[in-house]
Amino acid sequence: MKPAIPLLQVKDLAKFYGNRVGCEQVSFNLYPGEVLCVAGESGSGKSTLLNTLAFHQRPDAGSIRYDLREEGVTDLATLPDARLRELWRTDWGFVRQNPADGLRMRVSAGANIGERLMAVGDRHYGDIRGVAKDWLQRVEIDETRLDDAPSSFSGGMRQRLQIARNLVTEPRLVFMDEPTAGLDVSVQARFLDLLRRLVAELRIAVILVTHDLAVARLLAHRLIVMRHGRIVETGLTDQLLDDPQHPYTQLLVSSVLNA
Amino acid sequence: MHEPTLLSVRHLGKHFTLHTQGGTTMPVLDEISFEVARGECLVLDGPSGAGKSTLLRCLYGNYLASSGEIQVREAGGLMRIDVAQATPQQIIELRRTTISYVSQFLRVIPRVSAIDIVAEPLQALGRDAGAARDKAAVLLARLNLPERLWHLPPATFSGGEQQRVNVARGFIAEKPIMLLDEPTASLDAANRAVVVAMIREACLRGAAVVGIFHDAEVRDAVATRRLPLSPIVAEQLAA
Repeated sequence: MKPAIPLLQVKDLAKFYGNRVGCEQVSFNLYPGEVLCVAGESGSGKSTLLNTLAFHQRPDAGSIRYDLREEGVTDLATLPDARLRELWRTDWGFVRQNPADGLRMRVSAGANIGERLMAVGDRHYGDIRGVAKDWLQRVEIDETRLDDAPSSFSGGMRQRLQIARNLVTEPRLVFMDEPTAGLDVSVQARFLDLLRRLVAELRIAVILVTHDLAVARLLAHRLIVMRHGRIVETGLTDQLLDDPQHPYTQLLVSSVLNA
Repeated sequence: MHEPTLLSVRHLGKHFTLHTQGGTTMPVLDEISFEVARGECLVLDGPSGAGKSTLLRCLYGNYLASSGEIQVREAGGLMRIDVAQATPQQIIELRRTTISYVSQFLRVIPRVSAIDIVAEPLQALGRDAGAARDKAAVLLARLNLPERLWHLPPATFSGGEQQRVNVARGFIAEKPIMLLDEPTASLDAANRAVVVAMIREACLRGAAVVGIFHDAEVRDAVATRRLPLSPIVAEQLAA
């Protein structure tokens, strides 16, 4: 019933800052097309975990194995830096909480999308412009804004542009760090619906950090709850939210309305 | 499990441990065993607090069983899967292919129209969007949902309108196992009759239905068998 080698295999992962635990004893598998949410309060180690998983910082213990397109399952620690950078630009995406950290704010929207295409070898200016236009449409930004810099965009538009920039290379895995946290409630629904559709359509695996359990309910197949750098509970999203077992998860779920 | 048996529950127990209330344990289900075969509609009977909804949620994998097993025959295969032990991926797959669940309330998704909410389970089985929408339209028309509402997200619909969207979504993919939690609670007599007819048709095509129905008339009209449940009382706990 379950085909598939996991896309990502994480085993006993740990990251320390001096004596302080960033995260530790983290193990899980992620399958192709699966959306996994990491939830927990501020300081629980969610963002540390995400940055360590994406290999933006080296883990202090444990391993991360990824099913590379050519080589198959590979321990990321053995990957040369150049190959790691290639992975970041092509088969992986990383969507940041603050779009200004994930976009180049002074170059045009079209160039923001086109940059990753050039990284995978596209050189034809007209083609790149065409694809960029198409992606603006897919994230519901008027194509007349193609030559405008994102500094002139609203917060919701910037975040949608960041999605387009990351998905244009059709990555198989995208990391997202609180992508809705900076958005007004009024534009969150649009962003979430768009994200949900694109991820399902392109069958992208996503690891999404959020403190918003309603976002997890809407997007995630599975949920990991973290506290003090460790996983306290993991499971099917609706099961974990409707029948939480761990004291901390029960507290977290009972502290919000309508999650 | 005999060939016509689609669902077999043995010694199912469920309690909740309320850590936010000083670790109080609330037992809800104890030693529940039953089987449901193709074509049967098993009605869960019992007063409020007897654990009827909890049992349905355990069958759907929405609540974790505390003990016992819930053997489900997977659609199109001879595989049996114990929902009580299944991985999240297995439960997601069972829900896609084998088990549908109609809850009392529709959980709306922002911006998704009623007709797309209904069509989605069929698309998840690989039908193309057009065919899935056509069938969704037939169901919504049968349930008398005004056509002007079909292309609107149901967030602003009345309780009865949302419930009909929910029923249509639960029936569209004709799953072998159907779990119904008060699907007629906020419907008028005419639409209740439609849902009763749909449940009977589901049994005729060979579905195994497990349901909770507040309305005695509906219960009598659809039940082929009943499972009496009663609240767990203190003496039983001590025993």
